[in-house]
Amino acid sequence: MRGLGSVFALAAMLSVFWWAYGSSRKQRFDKDAEIPFLEDDESPVTRGDKDRSN
Amino acid sequence: MSTAFDHPEYNYKVVRQFAIMTVVWGIVGMAAGVLIAAQLAWPALNFDTPWLSFGRLRPLHTNAVIFAFGGCALFATSYYIVQRTCRTRLFSDTLASFTFWGWNVVIVAAAITLPLGMTSAKEYAELEWPIDILVTLVWVSYVVNFLGTVAKRKESHIYVANWFFAAFMIMIAILYVGNNLEIPVSLTKSYSIWPGTIDAMIQWWWGHNAVGFFLTAGFLGIMYYFVPKQAGRPVYSYRLSIVHFWALISIYVWAGGHHLHYSALPDWAQTAGMVMSLILLAPSWGGMINGMMTLSGAWHKLRNDPILRFLVVSLSFYGMSTFEGPMMSIKTVNALSHDTDWTIGHVHSGALGWVAMVSIGAMYHLIPVMFGRKAGDMYSQALINVHFWLATIGTVVYIAAMWVNGIMQGLMWRAVNADGTLTYSFVDSVAASHMGYAARVLGGALFLLGMLFMAYNVYMTVRSANQAAAAGTLAPQA
Repeated sequence: MRGLGSVFALAAMLSVFWWAYGSSRKQRFDKDAEIPFLEDDESPVTRGDKDRSN
Repeated sequence: MSTAFDHPEYNYKVVRQFAIMTVVWGIVGMAAGVLIAAQLAWPALNFDTPWLSFGRLRPLHTNAVIFAFGGCALFATSYYIVQRTCRTRLFSDTLASFTFWGWNVVIVAAAITLPLGMTSAKEYAELEWPIDILVTLVWVSYVVNFLGTVAKRKESHIYVANWFFAAFMIMIAILYVGNNLEIPVSLTKSYSIWPGTIDAMIQWWWGHNAVGFFLTAGFLGIMYYFVPKQAGRPVYSYRLSIVHFWALISIYVWAGGHHLHYSALPDWAQTAGMVMSLILLAPSWGGMINGMMTLSGAWHKLRNDPILRFLVVSLSFYGMSTFEGPMMSIKTVNALSHDTDWTIGHVHSGALGWVAMVSIGAMYHLIPVMFGRKAGDMYSQALINVHFWLATIGTVVYIAAMWVNGIMQGLMWRAVNADGTLTYSFVDSVAASHMGYAARVLGGALFLLGMLFMAYNVYMTVRSANQAAAAGTLAPQA
């Protein structure tokens, strides 16, 4: 039984890798990475080039 | 506080409240830390008063920095991130308000009961049962509110930061309740339902996951949002973040046994704890590299962005302490380091270097947004930079002092003469630690001084935002 547990854990971990790195999902994950930037009520701040009030 | 800064869609009020309290409790908790550090260097500072003594103030310090400072930072950032990445308002404003006031009542209750000596005597779980019940009510409200917000999201994908936050709050709920199952004998005293060694195992199952889920998974949620935002580019590898998440949360829960090496815990359980801790290096560094590499091609931003510096240096400390941790979990290394100041140094390289610095960076990013300004647009960038250097130098001084002390103590305790007698008495090692203790006070004081600069900077940011709101010159929020 203990052996089966290890096999199951390994299989679960390998499926996570397969899911994350499967080439058919590359595009959607690249798009998902953009989520923090969809809501841009303030543009990513690059310091030094923005107007400062003080 | 004026309502001029309220967002048309999101609940920013609760974020604003928790963000301000992060700074307040940070100063209180760290000031308590500097006091107890000074007590170890100069014992007269215990003032022969029970409620000012080290034994009672030490849990006050740990509770204040972990749950008051770190907790408020997690509430503020998770409420902020979940709304913005799910593009929807919090599930319930009432629950949000209850978590804010409830959590702060817990903190005040802790600040009263711990110095009075009321404690269940479990590390990072000292609060007595009536407070535990309040903590549980607040926490369940938090989980319901967070997951409720995720459930009604307008963005189809759940951004990785929210996965980390969800894992953190669900696991903490389970572990906190499990470890605090106790039989009350009076209003202020209870005893654990777990017996002997099982109690120890349950305690460190909780204790190490207070580190693994509260102080790591939660703050990785912060990292996965604020590092990309502040660097102005998406995370280095979103696919790596998925592997990072599942690997980290499935391994962390098994590592607690390394706190009980060479104890009554069965040997196989100690070894299992050690092996799991060693494996943990892989996901920890995977996450650290993912955060660091987000700056790939944008390293020049570090030159003039002190907020980004806070975030990136926090990741270096994270990488350092997650290398040190697995190393210390090796039984033979632990035989030297256990019960010495090395452990305290390790905790603080994580707590000051990683947790506090990533939180401070996140606060400098979001506090201006809470007051109608651009992200990161604090009153003074120069003061953020001063804070950055005080925090970095303070942390390095602190941990270097504890490394020297810890290794010296470990070596002194195990030194034996040719005839088998101990070379040094325990008191010899205490006396030899004095310089290290004094250096630690200095390191901690530098870190605290940085927090005072932060408080001033936040105060001035809020003040000028209020003035702008009163004059009607506040830019409307999109």
